[in-house]
Amino acid sequence: MNWKRSLIAAVTAVPVILLFAWGFTRDPGEIPSPLPGHAAPQFSLDVFAPGQPPLSRPVGDTVRLADLRGQVVVLNFWASWCGACREEHTVLSTTARLYTGRPVHFLGVLYNDSLAAGEAWIAEMGGQSYPSMQDPGARTAIDYGLYGVPETFFIDGDGRVAYKQLGPVTGVGLAHIVDSLIAALPPKPAAPATKSRS
Amino acid sequence: MIGPFAYDALLIALPILVLGIVLAPVAVRTGRREWIPVVYSTLYTNFLLVSTATVAMIVALVTHDFSVSYVAQVGSRATPLFYTVISLWGALEGSILFWAWVLALYGSVVVWLNRNRPGNLIPYTALALLAVSLFFGILLVGPANPFHPVFPIPADGPGPNPLLQNHILMGVHPPLLYLGYVGMTVPFAFAVGAMLSGEVARDEWIKLSHRWTLVSWGFLSAAIIAGMWWSYEVLGWGGYWAWDPVENASFLPWLTATAYLHSMVLQERRGMLRLWNVNLVVGTFVLTVLGTFLTRSGIISSVHAFTVGVIGYYFLAFIALVLIAALVMVAGNSDRLRTSGRMDSAASRETVFLLNNLFLTAFMFTVLIGTLFPLIAEAIRGVKVSVGAPFFNRMTLPMIVMLLFLMGVGPALPWRSATAAEMRSKLLPPLVGAFLFCVGALVAGARNFYGVVAFTFVGYAAVANLREYWIGLRARRNAHGEGWATALYRLIRGNQRRYGGYLAHLGLLIAALGVAGSSSFRREREMTMKPGDTLTVAGQTIRLKGVWGREEVQRSVIGATVEVLKNGRVVGVIEPRMNYYPTSDQPVPTPQVRSTIGGDLYLTLMSFDPNGAHATIRAIVQPLVSWIWFGGGVIVLGALIGMLPARRRPNGSLSEPDVVPVRGAVVVETAP
Repeated sequence: MNWKRSLIAAVTAVPVILLFAWGFTRDPGEIPSPLPGHAAPQFSLDVFAPGQPPLSRPVGDTVRLADLRGQVVVLNFWASWCGACREEHTVLSTTARLYTGRPVHFLGVLYNDSLAAGEAWIAEMGGQSYPSMQDPGARTAIDYGLYGVPETFFIDGDGRVAYKQLGPVTGVGLAHIVDSLIAALPPKPAAPATKSRS
Repeated sequence: MIGPFAYDALLIALPILVLGIVLAPVAVRTGRREWIPVVYSTLYTNFLLVSTATVAMIVALVTHDFSVSYVAQVGSRATPLFYTVISLWGALEGSILFWAWVLALYGSVVVWLNRNRPGNLIPYTALALLAVSLFFGILLVGPANPFHPVFPIPADGPGPNPLLQNHILMGVHPPLLYLGYVGMTVPFAFAVGAMLSGEVARDEWIKLSHRWTLVSWGFLSAAIIAGMWWSYEVLGWGGYWAWDPVENASFLPWLTATAYLHSMVLQERRGMLRLWNVNLVVGTFVLTVLGTFLTRSGIISSVHAFTVGVIGYYFLAFIALVLIAALVMVAGNSDRLRTSGRMDSAASRETVFLLNNLFLTAFMFTVLIGTLFPLIAEAIRGVKVSVGAPFFNRMTLPMIVMLLFLMGVGPALPWRSATAAEMRSKLLPPLVGAFLFCVGALVAGARNFYGVVAFTFVGYAAVANLREYWIGLRARRNAHGEGWATALYRLIRGNQRRYGGYLAHLGLLIAALGVAGSSSFRREREMTMKPGDTLTVAGQTIRLKGVWGREEVQRSVIGATVEVLKNGRVVGVIEPRMNYYPTSDQPVPTPQVRSTIGGDLYLTLMSFDPNGAHATIRAIVQPLVSWIWFGGGVIVLGALIGMLPARRRPNGSLSEPDVVPVRGAVVVETAP
């Protein structure tokens, strides 16, 4: 046996083994997003479903992210063909209504769907408390690196994506995130939060 | 209770394996040959004990003994008997048990067949087999114990994973794969035995390991093709290979084993490549362990990966041990593995074999790096990447094409060196095949560069390999006046390895035609149809007759009846279905294929209207797909011919005749 050569050969195995050992600390199924902590991509989208008063906006109204600066935005991508969107619908709609008057905007974005199907879905679900916008060519969805629907982005007062939820949101989680983001907003002299447009 | 009984059998096996592992080196070092049969009998005993546990598991599955954890996990009273039995390998613990059983079987047979062989090679080979068996034994009594008692005993279980009880090939592909995969342990054990006993410079171990490599290689080839067929028939996308990490895991050792089957001939005939061959044999085994590790540890995301737990760390420890032990042994013995032969000429079969090894190894490394790259990239740069089919296709196609080319050149060139006249007479005639296939592909509409080149080289290699048969047959007929059948039989029996090899080449070429044809000419359409609507894809017309549903014992089935039309007449009926299993929210699409020699019509039911008013059907037309499965059969036949026991020569030697007159026509003399 040539022990010196053997030793050198054995040492070459070490990085491979270390790589595998390190691999155990990872979850290969995890889908990362570079967005959290970074500025949310700007959008300017037209409302196609008005929502219900007091959160409603007129159909055709253009919503710009830039106008919502200083307030929390919950941006939910959904589609009529998406099963899990049905699950989270009540939670989102109810929570949005509960936060009426607080500095937070719930907004829906219809992803890869026809407006007629989207409207029919909202009617079928018994209405949506907040407005939904159309996203022609799924440009905004692409900007946000959408993996699938439903996917919900939480944008803080500085216009940064604070958190991203892949899959349906839950009531507790949703309220928790929104509360913590509102608490982090800089204190404002004018007490009741104002909307950019009314 | 059968569970504790079977567990005890597995538990008893451990000290027996340890006894064999300790006794083998002691018996050899102290010269106590009378202890060596005891070492061998530890392998036989292990086989009996693991067999007991395996039979107990099958009994537990069939009798729905839900007090056994594995049965409670995969069993269900509604599952048909066939799928109940084969759920033995449907989940992690059962598959480890089956693995251990196959390993024990191989170990016992190998040692039994060579028990009277003198020297220290076989005792040390037994040592290696015992050590690998011990690892699986430890898994079975520890993290992968399938006989864990369950209390309270459930009344029924969830049944196997729906995908695994949806097709009969699930009963074929996994056992073939285990036989091939686990079988690679045997040549490795011979190599370890040779290195530990210091007999590595003698070529005895190469001769022994050759046949076992061929056995495992035959099983592995069959398993890979059966796996392709299974995914084609079941998964509903009309494909058969996706470069998934688990598919790659089965393919990596196949590549090195194929390389070894060629390079070992150079060692046997010319004394070349000794160190290289040890590396290939050891590498093949390491790749099987690596493949198991990747698929059983959950370290890389894959559609095939089983759920994981602590078992991953056991595999990590095992792969670390195997890797270090293998590297230490090979490096330590490298001085003894000097090449005694040398190349005579560049224009020789040796050159082609070397190139073949070069491309197969490069192929292996490409696939390996592609498979591990997500892990490496995340470790070094912290980014998540996925490596998909485009990378593998782009990187491997040139090598595949080169290998097809070499498959045509190799058989035509003689050993040592070829004269210019020989090269002309051997290399030129197959050009006819190349020309015909090239023109054929162009006329059929192939326009992608690699597709056309692949067809061309397949044509060349097919003619070259067939011509070897033809030359041999003609020579025999002229020399002995034999009939065609007799001449063919004696030709093959005279040199099984050689003609088995050519047949395996032909099988691979047939499969390559299937791959090239189906990937170059695939046509696909998807349409929502009402009953009576027709849909035409690539000249094939189908008509939806109706949508129906029915309840079966273990599942509900929704199906569409689709008629295949030719000139307005119904020539066949295809019924793609969706199977709903109670344990799964997702339906399992069950495509149906109408297969002909020319090509397949593949229908998948994508969605349906609950009232039967319409159904969405995806129709895929792929020429030549069935050639892949047929080619797989031919490959296995070639491997079978190669591994048949050689006929006893009159002088009593068992060795194959050396085909000496390699220049020009080959006439193999057999005893009258």
